[in-house]
Amino acid sequence: MITPTHYMLLSAALFMIGVIGVMVRRNIIIIFMSIELILNAVNINLIAFSAELHNAIGQVFAVFVIAVAAAEAAVGLGIILAFYRNKETINIDEMNLMRW
Amino acid sequence: MRYIWLIPLLPGAGAAINGLVGIRSFSRKTAGLVACATMTAALALALVAFWQLLGLPADARAYDVNLASWIPKIPLATHDGFGNFEVPWGFRLDPLSGMMLLVVTGIGTLIHVYSTAYMADEPRGGVARFFCYLNLFCFFMLMLVLGNNFLVMFVGWEGVGLCSYLLIGYWYEKKSASDAGKKAFITNRIGDWGFILGIFLVYYTFGTLDFRAVQNAAGAMPIETGHFGVLSLICLFLFVGATGKSAQIPLYVWLPDAMEGPTPVSALIHAATMVTAGVYMLGRNAVLFTHAPEVMTIVAIVGVLTALMAASIGLVQYDIKRVLAYSTVSQLGYMFTAMGVGAFSAGAFHLMTHAFFKALLFLGSGSVIHAMAGEQDMRRMGALKKYLPVTFATMMIGTLAIAGIPPFAGFFSKDEILFRAFMANKIIWVLGGATALMTAFYMFRLMAMTFFGTYRGPAWETHSRADVATAAIHGVSHPADPHAHGQAHKKNHEVSHGPAELHDSSGPGHHAAHADDAHGGHGHGPWHGPHESPKPMTLPLQILAVGAIVAGFVGIPTALGGGNAIEHFLEPSFTVSSHAEGGAPAEHGAAATEHEGAEAHPSTAVELGLMGLSVLIAALGIGLAHRFYVAQPEISEGLASRFSGLHRLLLNKYYVDELYGATAIAGTFAAARRLWTFDRRAVDGAVNGTGWITVISAWLSGLTDRTVVDGLVNLVGWIVRESSHAFRRLQTGLVQNYALLMLFGIFAFVSIYLFVR
Repeated sequence: MITPTHYMLLSAALFMIGVIGVMVRRNIIIIFMSIELILNAVNINLIAFSAELHNAIGQVFAVFVIAVAAAEAAVGLGIILAFYRNKETINIDEMNLMRW
Repeated sequence: MRYIWLIPLLPGAGAAINGLVGIRSFSRKTAGLVACATMTAALALALVAFWQLLGLPADARAYDVNLASWIPKIPLATHDGFGNFEVPWGFRLDPLSGMMLLVVTGIGTLIHVYSTAYMADEPRGGVARFFCYLNLFCFFMLMLVLGNNFLVMFVGWEGVGLCSYLLIGYWYEKKSASDAGKKAFITNRIGDWGFILGIFLVYYTFGTLDFRAVQNAAGAMPIETGHFGVLSLICLFLFVGATGKSAQIPLYVWLPDAMEGPTPVSALIHAATMVTAGVYMLGRNAVLFTHAPEVMTIVAIVGVLTALMAASIGLVQYDIKRVLAYSTVSQLGYMFTAMGVGAFSAGAFHLMTHAFFKALLFLGSGSVIHAMAGEQDMRRMGALKKYLPVTFATMMIGTLAIAGIPPFAGFFSKDEILFRAFMANKIIWVLGGATALMTAFYMFRLMAMTFFGTYRGPAWETHSRADVATAAIHGVSHPADPHAHGQAHKKNHEVSHGPAELHDSSGPGHHAAHADDAHGGHGHGPWHGPHESPKPMTLPLQILAVGAIVAGFVGIPTALGGGNAIEHFLEPSFTVSSHAEGGAPAEHGAAATEHEGAEAHPSTAVELGLMGLSVLIAALGIGLAHRFYVAQPEISEGLASRFSGLHRLLLNKYYVDELYGATAIAGTFAAARRLWTFDRRAVDGAVNGTGWITVISAWLSGLTDRTVVDGLVNLVGWIVRESSHAFRRLQTGLVQNYALLMLFGIFAFVSIYLFVR
C-alpha cells in the first residue's frame, strides 16, 4: 500500500536532488532542469495530499505550477540564449556581473 | 468785522501765487502787481476794520474771530491738575493790534510799491521770489499781530523770522549776505527759545494760551514786588524772546548785519515792523509785566543801555544803512525803556511814529544808494541835495522827526517816553536824554555827509552832467533811461563794508582811486551821475513824509493842549478787560490804571520844562553835527584822531561781534569739535567694535562648522565606507552563492522552528 509517507519521501528525494543540482552544477541548462525537478517535487506533494484529502484544490494548484514552470522555462531559456550570445558560454561562474 | 482773518490771508495768497507760479512764469510787472494788489486789498480791509473798531464804545473795542480749530482739546498737565489744551486759529482786533495792523499794512503797501521800482533790475524770477518773500512776511507779520493766543502769535513770530532770513539772504550768492541771514536766524533762535519757554510756562500756570484769559487770570494774582515769582519768570522768558526779535542787548548783533538785504527789506522788516514785534509782544502782555515789577526794571535797564550803546556806535559808522540800523536798535531801546517804566502806550506810540520815520529814512537811503549806483559809504557821497531834491526833502523830515523836533512825529512819542522815564527813574532819564543828543547828532551827521558839503563820489561822463542836474532840479527823472546803467552795480555794491576795511582809506585820493576802480571796472557803460529815483520810489517817500509829520498829532500830550488820544485809545489793551468776571481782577486793573493815571500828570510845568529841555538837547545835537560836518569838517577828523582809542572802539562796535566770536561761537565750535572727537572715538569705535566682534565670531563659527559639523558628517561617511569592506564580500554576483545562503537561512529558521520552540 502506498501511503502519503511514500509520496513525501519521493518528493523529498526529488527536491534534494534538484537543490543539490542547482548548488553544484555549472551548466545553466542543468541548473534549469534541477529547478524543474524542485517544482515537480512540489507537484507530487500537492497531488498526493489532494488524493489523500479528497480535495481538488491541490490538483488545480499543481496545474498552475506546471503552467508557471512552463512560462518560467520560456523566460529562462530566453535569458540563457541572450547570455550565450554575449559571452559565448553558459557557465554560471561567468554570470557574476551583479557584484561590488 | 467778521473778516479780519482775511487781512493776513490776502498777502498769504499773493505769496502763494508768486511763489508757485510767479517765479517760473510771471514778468517783473505781473509779480509786482500781484504783490501790491494783495497788500492794497489787505490795507483797505484793515482800514474798514479799524473804522468799525473806532465806532465801538471805548471799553468794548475788540473783535474776536475764531476761524477754525487748530489743536483740538487734549488733556495736558498744568500746575494744578489737568487742563484742556486747546488752540483755535483765533484772531483778535483791539486797539493795540489795530494800530499795528495799520502800520504793517500801510507801510507794507508803500514798501511794496517802492520795491517795484527798486528791484526793477533784478532778474525776472528773482523779482517774483522777492515779492513772494515780502508778501509771505506780511502774512506772518499780520498773523503775529492779529493772533489772539500765544501759539498763533508764535506761528507769526517764527514765520517773520524765516522771511527775515530769506530776505536778508536774498542775494544768496554773496557770502556776506547769506552769512548775515544765518546770523539773524540763529540769533533769533536764542530769543525764540526764551519765548517758547515762556509760552510753556504760561500754559502750565494758567491752563490756557488765550491772551484775554491769561490777562484776566494774571490780573487776579498779587503783584510780585521784591520777589521773583512765576509771573516774573514768565515775563523774563518772554523778554528774552523780545530781545531776540527786537534786537536788544545781548542779542542785537544780527540787526546791523541784516542790512545786507535789499533796502526795502531793511525798511519794512528791520525798521518798521518785524523788529517791533518784541515791543508789541510786551505790550500784549502788559498785565503780566505790570505784575512783575522786577522784570520791568530789567526791561527798562536793558532798553536804555541798548539805546545808548547803539546810538554811540551810530555816531561813527560810515555806511549809510548801518547808521540807520544802529539808529533802529537805539530807538527800539527807547521803546523797551518805555515798556519797562510802565508807559506801554508811549512805547506803542513811539513804535508807530518810528515805523513812519524810520521806514522813510530807510527808503530815502535806498533812493540815495540807487542814485549812487550801489554806493553805501557816506564818505563817497556829499552835496547830493541838488541831485535828489525829493529824497532830500523827505529824508530831512524823517531826520527832524527822529531827532525830536516839534511838531514832527518823533517829538511827541519820544518826549512822552522821556517824561515817563523821568517820573520813574532819573538815571534812566539821563541816559535817555544822552541818547536823544546822540540821535540828533548822528542823524544830522548822516544828512550832512550825504546831502551837504562837497561831492566826494566818483566822477561820471561830464557831457550829461548838466542834463542830469537840471532834470534832477526840476524833479524829473533822467530822460533816456533813469537808472538802468548805474543800477546794475547795486547788487555788487550793496555791501556793508566793515569799518576796519574802510578805516585806512580816508584820504581823498584813495577814495577816488577806489571809486574809479569800483565803478569803472565793470564796463557797464557810462554812469550818468546821481539822479532822482523814479516815481514809484519817490511817491512812498512823500506819503511817509506826510506820515512822519502828522503821525504824532494823535498823541499830543495834555500839557500842550492835546488829548493824548492814542494813550486813551490804547489803554484798554494794557489793562485787565473790564468784562472780567469777579471783583478781584477788576479791582486790580482799576487800581493799576488809577495808579498810572495819578503818576502820569503830576505837574504841567515839569512836563513843559522837560519838553523844552529835550528840544534843546536835539537842537544841541543838530548844532554839533552842523559844526563838525558842515561848517568845519576838520573838527571831526581832529576829534577822531585825538580820541583814536575811543573812535576805534566805537567804529568796531565795542568789539561785541569779536567777543561773541571768541566766546559763544568759538565755544560752540570747540564743543562741536569735542563732540566730533567723541563721535569718532566712542560712537564710531563702538560701531567698528561691533563690526569686529561680528567678524571674529563669524570666523569662529566658520571654524566650528568646518571642523565639528563637517567632521561629524565625514565621520559617518567614513564609518560607512570602512564597514562596507566587510559586507561587500558577500556580494559575489554568483547566483549559486546566494542560493546557498538562502538554503542555509531556511535551514537555520526551520531548525529554530523545530528545535528551539
